[in-house]
Amino acid sequence: MSPDSASAAQEPDHPATHAPPPGLLALFLAFARMSLAGFGGVLVFARHAIVDQHRWMTADEFNETFALCHFLPGPNIVNLSMVFGSRLRGIAGGVAAFTGLLLPPTLIMMVLAIIYAQFGEVEVLRRSLAGISCAAVGLLIAVVFRMMTPLLKRMDVVVLALMLGVFAAIGVLRWPLQAVLLIAIPLSIGLTYLMRRKVAA
Amino acid sequence: MSNQNPIWTLISTFGLMSLFAVGGAAAAVPEMHRIAVDVHHWMTDKQFADAYAIAQLSPGPNVLIVTLIGYAVAGIPGALAATLAMCLPTALLAYYVSRLLNRPSQSRWPALIQAALVPLSIGLMAASALILAQSTDRTIAALLLTATVAVIASVSRVNPLWLLLAGGLLGFAGIV
Repeated sequence: MSPDSASAAQEPDHPATHAPPPGLLALFLAFARMSLAGFGGVLVFARHAIVDQHRWMTADEFNETFALCHFLPGPNIVNLSMVFGSRLRGIAGGVAAFTGLLLPPTLIMMVLAIIYAQFGEVEVLRRSLAGISCAAVGLLIAVVFRMMTPLLKRMDVVVLALMLGVFAAIGVLRWPLQAVLLIAIPLSIGLTYLMRRKVAA
Repeated sequence: MSNQNPIWTLISTFGLMSLFAVGGAAAAVPEMHRIAVDVHHWMTDKQFADAYAIAQLSPGPNVLIVTLIGYAVAGIPGALAATLAMCLPTALLAYYVSRLLNRPSQSRWPALIQAALVPLSIGLMAASALILAQSTDRTIAALLLTATVAVIASVSRVNPLWLLLAGGLLGFAGIV
């Protein structure tokens, strides 16, 4: 999830005008286009295409659908393509959007995989990739920092402890994800529930 | 697991992982690293970091790092199997759930659960950053590059692609 996902889900701007639902090919092509434009995160492009450009959904409908995908497991934008496509054109629309989102970049990725298998040990490519990796990790740190900012501002000890606990268990102790989440998710939901009741009371 | 068909291992591994990948693809990176490098020895630490870099640099959802892992295990069929296993089950789940609750905002539980998941997914992403930094930042220059990119990307809205290309150029020139 990129920081853009939060901001993209927030600005309500356009009036509730609808274009007629697109055909399956149009859905496939639209998702293929937003996927290929999306370097380091597709969501911003998805919202632009669906709400602003094609007007297939209003900003509110987009936000509702995105909130649902945000809260379900799996790659958010992939879930989004399936849910969007199916709301517009049934299950066939879902498959068209899903395929459009995934097929072109997967083909590109396979070509890159073949190139890497052939030339991955070539010194110049090795060095360049090493530099790109360093920058990519820096970008990830920046995303984490941006997402963390509202939590740090609120200085909620329980929330920060949960975040640090998961970080330590996975990043430092290298425990398996399933085991950590099996404990952390119910714990966090329970604590959030209790905190909200205390605030309400 | 080792004497099984590798395609089946890929499908069961990533299919299961996707169902636990709350918080998106970046949150699943530590688990992918653990499975691919530590458990199954499909890739080295270095190859995993390269795969992450390639997935960041290319267009499309960043979850497609699984395509590269799948290719390393079993070629093109492996790449396709890993991609579909990671993406299809949760997409179908999302489809069915969205039909069940057309308006998730009516109950307060979805909002509460979402709020509860936020610190966990940030913790997971921070763990991804640490694990990847441990395999890429082995020199002072590399560490500096990562730190510089982190600062620039935190305070400005520069297109991330430029920062990745700058890193590539520095690597190409042999500086990091």
